[in-house]
Amino acid sequence: MSFPRASGPGRKLILLGLVAALLALLSGCANVPQTTVMPKTEAAEKIQDLYVLIFWLAVVVFILVQGGLLYVLWRFRARPGHELPEQTHGNTTLEIGWTIAPAVILVVMAVPTIRTIFELESPPTVLANGLPPLMIEVTGKQWWWEFRYPEIKRPNGEPLVTANEMVIPTGRTVYLSISSDNVIHSFWVPQLMGKIDAIPNHDNRIWFTATDPGQYFGQCAEYCGIQHAQMRMNVIAMAPADYEAWAQRSSQPAQPETDIAKEGSEAFVTNGCAGCHTVEGNPTAIGMVGPNLSHVGSRTTIAAGILTNTPENLAAWIQDPQGIKPGSFMTNQHVRPHDVDAIVAYLHSLK
Amino acid sequence: MAVTLPRPHAPAAPVQAAPEYGALPAYRGFISWLTTVDHKRIGILYGSTAFAFFLLGGLEALMIRIQLATPDGKFVSPDAFNQLFTMHGTTMIFLFVMPMSVAFFNYIVPLQIGAPDVAFPRLNAFSYWTFLFGAIFMNMSYFVDGMPDGGWFGYAPLTTIRFSPSHRIDFWMLGLQILGVASLAGAFNFLVTIINMRAPGMSLMRMPVFTWNTLITSFLLVFAFPAITVALILLMFDRFFGTNFYYAPNGGDPLLWQHLFWIFGHPEVYILILPAMGMVSEILPVFSKKPLFGYPFVVYATVAIGFIGFGVWAHHMFTTGLGPIVNSFFAASTMLIAVPTGVKIFNWMGTMYGGAIRFTTPMLFAIGFVSMFTIGGLTGVMHAIVPVDMQHQDSYFVVAHFHYVLFGGAFFGIMGGIFFWWSKFTGKLLSEKLGKWCFWLVFSGFNLTFGPMHFLGVDGMPRRIYTYGENQGWSGWFGLHWLGWNMVVSIGAFIIMAGMLVFIYAAIRSLLGPKNAENDPWDGATLEWSLPSPPPVYNFAVPPVVRSRDAFWAWKRRPQAVEAGENVATLQVAGHTVGHAEFEEEHPS
Repeated sequence: MSFPRASGPGRKLILLGLVAALLALLSGCANVPQTTVMPKTEAAEKIQDLYVLIFWLAVVVFILVQGGLLYVLWRFRARPGHELPEQTHGNTTLEIGWTIAPAVILVVMAVPTIRTIFELESPPTVLANGLPPLMIEVTGKQWWWEFRYPEIKRPNGEPLVTANEMVIPTGRTVYLSISSDNVIHSFWVPQLMGKIDAIPNHDNRIWFTATDPGQYFGQCAEYCGIQHAQMRMNVIAMAPADYEAWAQRSSQPAQPETDIAKEGSEAFVTNGCAGCHTVEGNPTAIGMVGPNLSHVGSRTTIAAGILTNTPENLAAWIQDPQGIKPGSFMTNQHVRPHDVDAIVAYLHSLK
Repeated sequence: MAVTLPRPHAPAAPVQAAPEYGALPAYRGFISWLTTVDHKRIGILYGSTAFAFFLLGGLEALMIRIQLATPDGKFVSPDAFNQLFTMHGTTMIFLFVMPMSVAFFNYIVPLQIGAPDVAFPRLNAFSYWTFLFGAIFMNMSYFVDGMPDGGWFGYAPLTTIRFSPSHRIDFWMLGLQILGVASLAGAFNFLVTIINMRAPGMSLMRMPVFTWNTLITSFLLVFAFPAITVALILLMFDRFFGTNFYYAPNGGDPLLWQHLFWIFGHPEVYILILPAMGMVSEILPVFSKKPLFGYPFVVYATVAIGFIGFGVWAHHMFTTGLGPIVNSFFAASTMLIAVPTGVKIFNWMGTMYGGAIRFTTPMLFAIGFVSMFTIGGLTGVMHAIVPVDMQHQDSYFVVAHFHYVLFGGAFFGIMGGIFFWWSKFTGKLLSEKLGKWCFWLVFSGFNLTFGPMHFLGVDGMPRRIYTYGENQGWSGWFGLHWLGWNMVVSIGAFIIMAGMLVFIYAAIRSLLGPKNAENDPWDGATLEWSLPSPPPVYNFAVPPVVRSRDAFWAWKRRPQAVEAGENVATLQVAGHTVGHAEFEEEHPS
């Protein structure tokens, strides 16, 4: 019952595990769009700084405890012919020591933790570029995201409403007011900021300031029903001038230009799509159940971030929503093939 | 007055076992298992039922891992997946770890405290049958409307009738309520048993540590379950009678559910882990041939964990917008609970330090517990760092964390306990060779399964998703879209399964084999080892008199001191009577 014998099957398995882990690490890092450890905003960097501190503290404690454990196991393994070990019962000095030492480490963690909690609570009072934070109201839906821009008014005076892709300017703090009108969701775009839950009757806030133009990916992080997995989103950060142009364009209704697109505008109504979806400029399309499609042609993805916005994917989505996203509230309206083409052309003309 | 005790190698028993009634018709046959009120048989009923549910919960986990092994998995539908992860969590917590712990409470505690049975044997039987009914009731949902699919945490408003109109949540909600009745009845039973029925001389600070952990776990159950009971009653009213406790549009507050659930839910975590800690605290000393290091500190640490465990619930809610002051408070209290936890780990290492460590299967599982639980503890502290938790919450990092605590912790402790006490339960030995295969397979499979989940969490993979895309970066090694950490995790899960199949094989082989176990195969320290394996009905003919901790160990090592009348490490047999006519026999005193 000595140590080497005990580890007979164990040693082989450990070796195998180590080789596997090494291979995996050597294989290199794939592109991981939702990584939490490559922050792109100051707010997310504050979190990352804390994580790095706690990570290394944990590594030190890990090595000390596991190393100590391995040493004890090796040093005090039973040997043949041994005598009964000394029957020690405890040591008060040691007990006090290993009560205080972890407490000290925890204080080292607690001070920057609490400081960061308060720092992340409200947006910086010093305004970036002299502009006040851009307020965006985020509503979690089953299973997509709605974004309202109180600052950007449509011709009728109502705020601009978009879905699943949130466009923001770089260099300006974005202040999100996050809620839900159904179940609980959680808004999480890791490279921009940690998550915050979207809870009915609650107005939760996070803020961040994107510096680099580009796309940032995220998804719902609170279990919210059958399609929780496919409730993704996409934040597109634009240089301020591009953002202004986008805001200007988006506040005006897009109009279909080609004949087939105009035909699609009617097919969109006759096939019942308009009952759930709003399209600015299409007076019948005022449904509130599904995502607002006023400028869906300018989006990069459809179906809450799961399909690239190509004509083929859009057609497939219209014809078989339950096959692509089982359980979602998008129904198969059994649209005739010709109408599908027309609707796709129409929706893609809405830029 | 002390009796003359035999020399250490003399075969005479220091404890008088009760006469063997096991051969009587009342203790034989199928019907006797339905009517039994013997704590040991109820323990075996609890244990085998819990193990059956472990297999069910494990099957659910394997199906989850087949689905998630590759991107765009098509093994199960999203609806089925949500049922699987809900019932995996619910089953492992309420139908495996809890009743398996109760199995050990039942079998071991009365033996350790020198009692003939629990205080209320009939209530004990009631607990078991209520538990069994609740467990079956909950799983019957499958045959009516499909399995519950609201998550083991059942967050409202998703579980309200508007968003979950089928009967699945009804089965879950009522099933949990029934299980709560069983748990509460059991907890009160063990509180009364431990407080009132200890052998003469067994003061609280002489109690075996497993019994201490049972006592504190029972207190936690008694104080934690009312919160979930209330939460479930409110949910029931919302679902059945149209009230609006959690329904936001009519003024209800979804966060009410979360507060009530986690006021129960966090102590529940300690309800799951403390019994295993107790088992480890029994196993490590025996195989180090030393008493538990710092016994009073281990006990105080356990009590402290029990108290602080009621003040940390909101760390499950750091992303719900409770505000910086509340978050700071719960960050601090959560960090605080790491201190007594650390004290336990250090004392376990102190126990092994200077010992003569035998690497038996129970010891391997106990050492595995200390090592793996430390990892779970460290990641637990990470989750107390509120801003970091905003990234990790509801990601696979959390899944990794709590499996290191509940699999590397509670489950390893339970497996250690099974291997440790198997001969006491059955009178038969378990193969050490197969035991070691089991340990190393489970240990390596465990780390392969749950280690990489840390990386997936840091890579932003959320929990409870039934699928993920190739473009999300959680697969795609060497340009192979199906290869990645998720595949490694799934392979690990099947290695765990292989390890458990080895255990099942070893268990069946042992049960079919001869009764070959001695009373005390490991050179144990506590009173259960002084009795035959398995112990007779009513255990002790007369209550043993206890003069120290580790009473049986002391008796075996220091009989001379006993004879000399020293008040150390003494176990006596005195002429007490047990409340049963057959046992009224005088012992020379």
